[in-house]
Amino acid sequence: MSDSVEPGSSVAAPKDAARSNDAGGRSVSVVLRLLSFGPLLILITLVIGASLATPYFLKPGNISNIVTQTAVIAIVAIGQHLVILTRGIDLSVGANLALSTVIGGLVYKLTPDPAAVMAAMLLTGLLVGAVNGAGYVYGRLPHAFIITLAMLSICRGLALELSINHTTMRGMPDAITALGSGITLGVPNSFFVVAAVSIAALTMAKRMVWGRWIYAVGGKPDAAVQMGIPVKSVLVSTYVISGLCAGIGAVVLSGRTGASSPLYGNLLELDTIAAVIIGGASFLGGRGHIGHALIGAVMIGVIRNALNLLNVDVFFQMIAIGAIIVLAVEADVLRSHLEARARSLQATGGKQ
Amino acid sequence: MTSGTARQPVLVVNNAVKRFGAVHALDGVDLEAYSGEVLALLGDNGAGKSTLIKCISGVHALDRGEIFVEGKPAMVHSPASARSAGIETVYQDLALFDNLTPAENFYCGREIAFPGWLPRGLRFLDNRAMEREAASVIDRLKVRLPRRDAPVALMSGGQRQAIAVARATVFARKIVILDEPTAALGLRESRKVLDLIGQLRDEGNAVILVTHNMEHVVELATRAVVLRQGIKVGELRPTRENQQELVSLIVGADR
Repeated sequence: MSDSVEPGSSVAAPKDAARSNDAGGRSVSVVLRLLSFGPLLILITLVIGASLATPYFLKPGNISNIVTQTAVIAIVAIGQHLVILTRGIDLSVGANLALSTVIGGLVYKLTPDPAAVMAAMLLTGLLVGAVNGAGYVYGRLPHAFIITLAMLSICRGLALELSINHTTMRGMPDAITALGSGITLGVPNSFFVVAAVSIAALTMAKRMVWGRWIYAVGGKPDAAVQMGIPVKSVLVSTYVISGLCAGIGAVVLSGRTGASSPLYGNLLELDTIAAVIIGGASFLGGRGHIGHALIGAVMIGVIRNALNLLNVDVFFQMIAIGAIIVLAVEADVLRSHLEARARSLQATGGKQ
Repeated sequence: MTSGTARQPVLVVNNAVKRFGAVHALDGVDLEAYSGEVLALLGDNGAGKSTLIKCISGVHALDRGEIFVEGKPAMVHSPASARSAGIETVYQDLALFDNLTPAENFYCGREIAFPGWLPRGLRFLDNRAMEREAASVIDRLKVRLPRRDAPVALMSGGQRQAIAVARATVFARKIVILDEPTAALGLRESRKVLDLIGQLRDEGNAVILVTHNMEHVVELATRAVVLRQGIKVGELRPTRENQQELVSLIVGADR
């Protein structure tokens, strides 16, 4: 009843009020634009700062170091990003990756066939993801936190159990070591893996109907149901893809080290969540871009590398990354606040 | 207005019964809607308006009674099937995706995509076609938006309402149901939405309008149906003179 209109009452707004609101609207939209480029600006600042602080930073050898070290985080963060887009979370990625390398290592003991080893790792990752997704959706759990936390524990335990007394199992087929540590035309091969995964994920997320549905489910789950989107399948698929990304990460990591280990991927879930958030995707779902996950991953890689070069304590690296996470989340809060402001400016004046 | 002289209702609801446990939300309601007219559905809270709307738009299933669209029995057992029968609904919460643009919102769940032989989810979006279509609808309805490529989150209540109504018009072929479309809006924005409703009617849709606002009813509605406690207690042509009578019917007071 808030809108009882006297018939014929004037509904036109005073023009000058509109004009002053226009200026407010413009500054709000400028800040919003700035926020969307914020993570990239921070990354550029970090790179400039690091190269000023230490001359080694920009050496080709060091750059290729950063790429190799960042590759695994970047690949797994892309999967994590899709999950976070739907308002979920995948805490199991690190343990999943470890289990995948262990299964791959066990298969390698049976056959040196690189295709078999690789397939074993990818399949393991995918299966763990499917259990996450199905457990969350069909188990009607309130949030994916619980099932993926359980799977973190299960996968890590299983990996340790299966690799009986070996913290590392040496040996990987040549094709896999080439993927993880080889160099083509001066560029680490793992870079090409990251590029391939990014392009595939980008195509899916932005060009295909399925990707649109992922954004819709993250934006407003109830409305997605009303609009006839298969919400359950969409949710399950994001966990399957996240698991597959952990499997791809397993291939790259065991290729880099030439080994498999149940201890791999420790705290990788936190690194990837951090990458997605500091890259600028919203933790509240529905907002974000594959580029955000990549920028965040590179940011983490750059911070670690630069602080290593500067001989800064490892503990300080953790503090620095934590501080950036807080900044990123605050930026997200500021963004939704400004959007609400932009909305009310639209309602009260401006151009109607 | 497209309605001819021999008027056949585009939507007929016969003897609709819906119970929730012991509560008779609908107790044998009949309803007819004609193309080119606005039918106001009135009643106090709990009178059964929302239940009736939800039964027509496929959210609830009727316990008894039938729904006919253009004389043929319509199977509306889900929102999707209601939509394919030509019934579009603008929900009270709008069901808009804040993170998507107007065009993306229009086609969400019904994307224009290719190639047709792939499963729906794996098709590639034809964003250009969707933007073109959305732009032409937005122009036709004279909805003014600050930016068409911005997410809906940046738009005012009225603009969002207009987008939700416009989305219904993209797919509306016969019947459009609007559930309290102006409840959350200011004067100016309500005006805009009322104009849109008039336009929907002029384009030959049967519009069913649920509202508490008598001024809007008098201004727009050709007929008003009043529900009370799940029963149709009156149907009349709303005018400024019988406005008081309408209110009495709604609240159940004797004049």
